[in-house]
Amino acid sequence: MSSASQVAERDVPFQLRGNSFTMMVLKVHAPASPDFFTQLNIKVRQAPNFFRNAPVVLDFDDLPESVVFDLGAFVAQVRAHHLLPVGFQGGPRPVQEAALAVGLTPMPTGRVAKLEEVVKGPDPRAASAAAPQIMVEVVHRPAMVVTEPVRSGTQIYAEKSDLIITASVSPGAELLADGNIHVYGALRGRALAGVSGDATARIFCHSLEAEVVSVAGVYRVSEDIGSDFFKKPVQVFLRDGVLRMEPLKTA
Amino acid sequence: MSKIIVMTSGKGGVGKTTSSAAFATGLALRGFKTVVIDFDVGLRNLDLVMGCERRVVFDFINVINGEAKLSQALIKDKRIDNLYILPTSQTRDKDALTREGVERVLNDLSKEFDYILCDSPAGIERGALMSLYFADHAIIVTNPEVSSVRDSDRILGVLNSRSRRAEQGLEPVSQQLLLTRYDPERVEKGEMLKVDDVLEILAIPLLGVIPESQAVLRASNVGMPVILDEASNAGQAYTDAVGRFLGEEIEHRFVNPQKKGLFSRLLRRSA
Repeated sequence: MSSASQVAERDVPFQLRGNSFTMMVLKVHAPASPDFFTQLNIKVRQAPNFFRNAPVVLDFDDLPESVVFDLGAFVAQVRAHHLLPVGFQGGPRPVQEAALAVGLTPMPTGRVAKLEEVVKGPDPRAASAAAPQIMVEVVHRPAMVVTEPVRSGTQIYAEKSDLIITASVSPGAELLADGNIHVYGALRGRALAGVSGDATARIFCHSLEAEVVSVAGVYRVSEDIGSDFFKKPVQVFLRDGVLRMEPLKTA
Repeated sequence: MSKIIVMTSGKGGVGKTTSSAAFATGLALRGFKTVVIDFDVGLRNLDLVMGCERRVVFDFINVINGEAKLSQALIKDKRIDNLYILPTSQTRDKDALTREGVERVLNDLSKEFDYILCDSPAGIERGALMSLYFADHAIIVTNPEVSSVRDSDRILGVLNSRSRRAEQGLEPVSQQLLLTRYDPERVEKGEMLKVDDVLEILAIPLLGVIPESQAVLRASNVGMPVILDEASNAGQAYTDAVGRFLGEEIEHRFVNPQKKGLFSRLLRRSA
């Protein structure tokens, strides 16, 4: 691509690009089962931060032709469990029509990769890409500020915002943020910035003694953090898909 | 209104029961009416350390279950006025501790006592949770080594999130550190964490440093709280800690190695 066409591209009011997103697939076996939502609730509660507002694709492939259920109510119930159905796959024709009618996007049926118990958080922007009918409002969310030491075993998640800790983070504690993470103390636990996929997120800390640092799922464990950075003020960020560390200059 | 104190640590074997016995005795010696409760259901030890094991008829669990009156289960210490022990059951397990039952017993005790000291079991399960749930103040017992420090950190997190004060959004449980089994000579050799290392990680005020001392085991074996061994370092350190707990300003002792003159070498046997 020539530089001339790049300039021209900036002048147009939009840019159309392809992108791929990781999404969870909710395989529906028995939508009318009285246990369906009790069990979904149990699953969601195992990792509430991970599941909260995660886009999901409903897979109806396993449903028998004769299935009868209220799809509108079903989708509303799934939403009530903080999952966002954005599309669907397969299923008997009446179910597909009902799904289209409630605004779900038909997804191409392919082989679904096995989802592990713990996977990298899906990108919330996926919702807008996969389902244009859902408008994502970009609003400024104030950073989450924690002034107390973060103790071992504690998990803090700053949803759609930055996380600022003005104390130390103990070994065995875990910080998660969709945005940046700042620690104005020693970072001795785990810090995962950009957990929903924001590759521009960074981690800043006064003293890097972390067990794990990660940006947008790219991580480095304590063993691989060079001694040059250990116990130093450091920022951690992604460049070209590689996790990088740089000393913070303190004036 | 009485004050509820929990003696807790996360890790086992760091000196919770020894410290509970010493601390409760120290508070009673200062004239406060004090009861110390054993929350380690199934692994009853406090009665041994307090030397009242032969007088246990009814216990904490009997009172919770309504099988005995509180007055029947409370054991009055023979040495010190104002000091009572509420032993636990050796035959039951931690599931016998119901929140309602514990609350009822604590409410009844608080009508009579100035201080209620809860001796927590190790771990972060039911027994430990019940012992800290109603606490106003927590004394975190820690040894100068990394695993104990990490477990203490964990229990501080539990106090800040799962105690009654945390759940009801009240003023948080106040917390102080009691660093036990501290050996200044081994610290100097780098074999143990320094006081400052521990304070840096836990970031709570230091209540006291109890030196490693043979007097502790000796006292436990004869069923005497070590604070009553006034000649021992450990006993004096507990006395200091009780004073600090009550708001007195007392300089920390037993933090630095003793000067090694011929004289002190001869006298060291008395530790």
